[in-house]
Amino acid sequence: MSRQSWVVGFVLLMTAICVAEDQNPLANDPKAAKAGEYEFRINCALCHGLGARGGGRGPDLTRAQKKHTHSDADMFQVISNGIPGTAMPANGTNGQGVGMTDTEIWQIITYIRSQEVKSSGKATGDPARGKQLFFGDGNCSLCHMVDGKGGRLGPDLTGVGGSRTREAIVDSIRNPSRRLAWGLTEGSKEFPQEYETVTAVTADGKQIKGVTLNEDSFTVQIMDAGEHIHLLEKDQLKSFQKSRESMMPKYDPDVLSDKEVDDIVAFLISLGAK
Amino acid sequence: MTAMTEWNGRHDTKPRSGGRMQPTAQAVGISTQKGQARQGRKKNPVQDPSGAALRSTKIIRAFRPCVLACILLTAAHAQLTSDRLLNSAKEPQNWMTYSGDYSGKRFSALDQINAQNAHSLSAKWVYQTAATGKLETTPLVVDGILYATAQDNRAFALDARSGRPIWIYQRQIPGDIRPCCGRVNRGVAILGDKVFFGTLDAHVIALDAKTGAVRWDVTAADYRTGHSFTVAPLAVKNLIIIGISGGEYGVRGFIDAYDADSGERKWRFYTVPGPGEPGHDSWEGDSWKVGGAPAWNTGTYDPATNQIFWPTGNPAPSNRGEGRVGDNLYSNSLLALNADTGKLNWYFQFTKHDEHDWDATQIPILIDANGKKLIAQADRNGYFYVIDRTTGKLISATAYGKTTWSDSKDTDGRPIANKNAEPTLAGHTVCPGALGTTNFMPPTYDPQSGLFYVTARDQCDIFSTAPQPYEPGHAFYGSAYFPSEEAEPYFGFLKAIDPATGEIKQKFQHTSPTWSGVLSTAGGLVFSGDAEGNFIAFDATSLKPLWHFQMGGAVYAAPMAYAVDGKEYVAIAAGSAIYAFGLP
Repeated sequence: MSRQSWVVGFVLLMTAICVAEDQNPLANDPKAAKAGEYEFRINCALCHGLGARGGGRGPDLTRAQKKHTHSDADMFQVISNGIPGTAMPANGTNGQGVGMTDTEIWQIITYIRSQEVKSSGKATGDPARGKQLFFGDGNCSLCHMVDGKGGRLGPDLTGVGGSRTREAIVDSIRNPSRRLAWGLTEGSKEFPQEYETVTAVTADGKQIKGVTLNEDSFTVQIMDAGEHIHLLEKDQLKSFQKSRESMMPKYDPDVLSDKEVDDIVAFLISLGAK
Repeated sequence: MTAMTEWNGRHDTKPRSGGRMQPTAQAVGISTQKGQARQGRKKNPVQDPSGAALRSTKIIRAFRPCVLACILLTAAHAQLTSDRLLNSAKEPQNWMTYSGDYSGKRFSALDQINAQNAHSLSAKWVYQTAATGKLETTPLVVDGILYATAQDNRAFALDARSGRPIWIYQRQIPGDIRPCCGRVNRGVAILGDKVFFGTLDAHVIALDAKTGAVRWDVTAADYRTGHSFTVAPLAVKNLIIIGISGGEYGVRGFIDAYDADSGERKWRFYTVPGPGEPGHDSWEGDSWKVGGAPAWNTGTYDPATNQIFWPTGNPAPSNRGEGRVGDNLYSNSLLALNADTGKLNWYFQFTKHDEHDWDATQIPILIDANGKKLIAQADRNGYFYVIDRTTGKLISATAYGKTTWSDSKDTDGRPIANKNAEPTLAGHTVCPGALGTTNFMPPTYDPQSGLFYVTARDQCDIFSTAPQPYEPGHAFYGSAYFPSEEAEPYFGFLKAIDPATGEIKQKFQHTSPTWSGVLSTAGGLVFSGDAEGNFIAFDATSLKPLWHFQMGGAVYAAPMAYAVDGKEYVAIAAGSAIYAFGLP
């Protein structure tokens, strides 16, 4: 083979590889979507829910706008390699289900695309008004951070719009204690913050109330309402009590109207889609 | 002490023979009845079976607090004979099989580390495997050398005193292997001068115990159809017994026996009977061909009856019974096989026609009590079973965790499933969940306390099922399962069960469920790890933690104990490392 033809061959090969990575070879193939549904149930539904509609831990994938993926190629990379810093594991490493072949990953992407509802996820509220409420009268930012601004006692909500369904966010505002236990599986070790309310009394009688940052059988790491971190050894405490009653106040409609909640959710979803 | 006690704490203290390697002498703590001290024995040079003289040096260390006897063992045997495996109780300094001995008790007769001094335990060494993912290995220790495995077909030998590697072997893995649940391995078997382990691409490999060189390598099955090995093999006589993984891929399960010298396969028992074989009619149509029933956890052995007891896993597809109507023998069963021939003597099926992925691949432990030869298994389906190991007849089945799938028993006393426990398309909640009340993590039976200690969890899942065609090498679940909608978290426990009654005598609640196995020792201790990375020594009676060490990685392995030069160690894998602990 001459050098020229070798170069031509190489370029053709690279083109083929790039095409393979950029385009879903099974796009819009109903048979692939069906096969993808089986794979999805085994590998993905544990977090993303049946029908890809979102579960306690994973985002609703039927939403057209996704935080981490836009093209099929993005999605392929995310499924293959996971998302660092999140609970999304690399293919074959989640201990549930099995590793997938490239073909199976494309089948899943085809399935997810077939489930997308183009209009879903568009909150009806006004994001600008939601932002005002979040940082103002709603008092959300006293405990929650968004884009680096706000309090520390509650979870950072910058990404919540991209990782939770609209219904789940509304429910968290209206009934903050109801799903406090989200994510408590082995995978929850990737969610050190479970936001259980803790009341500890130290040997010298000092009471500390806050949320758990982390905990094991022997130690607990707590943040109190003043954002002080307390590092405690359980056997040195006079008492240690946990409660699944959230420190977040319950936002009833007389505190935040349905419209106001819609606005806040619209704001959070607008962030999540960035 | 309960009625279920077979061990009075006395041991034959005859020094063991040795081999041709440069000997190092060992003084080893042997358990005695509590509070009774025994004299150290004087060493005598002894002859090994081949007649080679041993040169031994007497090293008797002063043990603290010395509620134990010291005997001198002439050590550094070159050959681990099958006779030594049969008499493993005579050399408690060594941990020579996956569960410590053939009975599967995972009990160490060492008592240098005990309830009085456990608070002063400290880490002696750490070996980083450089593997990624979870470690499920139980190390073996023979004559001062520790042998273990890690992710991605790694096996290695370490100086058990220092953790320094002697050899490291890693087999290159094909890019398209399909292990179901992590690229894990649970350990090696040792016999003669070889170390044996199964690989993720379904090979059985014999390595030279001194160098790690490959002595033989046989292919058991095609990895491309989902076959793999994760189990620690069991050496019995001159055979290496090993069971296949791949229930998630619709393999037809089997248990193999290989000649330790040549690698020649001596027998294979298919856990799914073929046409014309008894039990074949428990499968609908051709479903037996992809019936699963893998054999991915290590069995036990009763030399008196020459029977191997090996548990099997779920039928495939795991969460869909449609298309495989019948009991689906011998899935989710305990098999009693003739060790020489692999012929089935009896079986006991824990979960018939399983649709919840409740592999019965838990360690079956041999217990002798009141003249009865029993076998006990804490099953993934949430019941603790005691079976007559001579006949296979069920003696008792008692729930030891949260179960909702059964509210009645058949005439033999076996729990039978509710109709409404079946998975549905929309899904509904069943307890235990798919991970089971327990799983592969080995339990322990402590003959001193008479209690069976097992890692358990109270978790329920939503089980959903959907049709799925079989494709070779593709995951074959017919299902999905999800955490239940309950707002409350679910918990993990260490539970102590009285095998005589099934009663839970004591329990310790972990912060979250753990995948750690359990070890009991003659020091009145039970050891286990947790998902938060702690290694914990518990008082065997109260299950109160006496000591803990934060290892920095979750535990998916089971602890073991050994001694070198008269010093006892307890070892466990966590994160991607092996840790050894001892007294100061």
